[in-house]
Amino acid sequence: MPLTNSLRDDILASVPSLRAFAISLSGNADRADDLVQETLLRALANIDSFQPGSNLPAWLFTILRNLFRSDYRKRRREVEDAEGNYAKTLKTQPSQNAHLEFEEFRVALEKLPQDQREALILVGASGFSYEDAASICGCAVGTIKSRVNRARSKLAALLYVDGAEDFGPDETVRAVIGGSGG
Amino acid sequence: MKDLKSQASKSTTPGKGGLTPEIQSRIGHQLRAMYDDVVRQGVPDRFAELIKKLDAPGGGSQSENGAGGSNDNNGRD
Repeated sequence: MPLTNSLRDDILASVPSLRAFAISLSGNADRADDLVQETLLRALANIDSFQPGSNLPAWLFTILRNLFRSDYRKRRREVEDAEGNYAKTLKTQPSQNAHLEFEEFRVALEKLPQDQREALILVGASGFSYEDAASICGCAVGTIKSRVNRARSKLAALLYVDGAEDFGPDETVRAVIGGSGG
Repeated sequence: MKDLKSQASKSTTPGKGGLTPEIQSRIGHQLRAMYDDVVRQGVPDRFAELIKKLDAPGGGSQSENGAGGSNDNNGRD
């Protein structure tokens, strides 16, 4: 489909969440923006292959994720530079305490295997359905569910439970993330 | 939703996944807080500019359904 004004607007509207996804994946704000830029260029160059009426954000996220993957393979995390880089992206500085907790969470997230991290973010933060997340990651829905589940267990172990890593997280996917009231 | 029989009846008892609902929702909350912090920053100029520049892929002759009017100075050729 050609690039209409409304399609262009829709792409622009996806930029904030593309950035958030990219930062969560890479842990590095500068690199994340480069990823987003490349994603946009790639998307616009291939706009003809986008099916009108299909899920635009999912299409864009797929491109970004694939770019990140190939990039990641190439340089495997050259620097473990995570420290502070994420905080730099924040316009509103949280209070000291909140910031600490925030930082701790981010560091824990970084420790997850990439498969699990991306699944958790797509479902738990970006708000994609398991089906969309599966299509973005090119795997089965059940795979996404178990990755999300393992990701949560691992995070919980890292953050809230001392040294309890053997949760046996295989089955049981209770998607509480989606349905938590607060 | 499903029947939540054995599980999730007590919020302090870890379910099969080892997570209490409280912990699960805490993770969800923090995850979204982190994510939304970035989302709230909106669209940086560099991306808005980028998309604008690439508005006309072929070179400009492609005015889709005549609804044009937002390309200010696209006059490259």
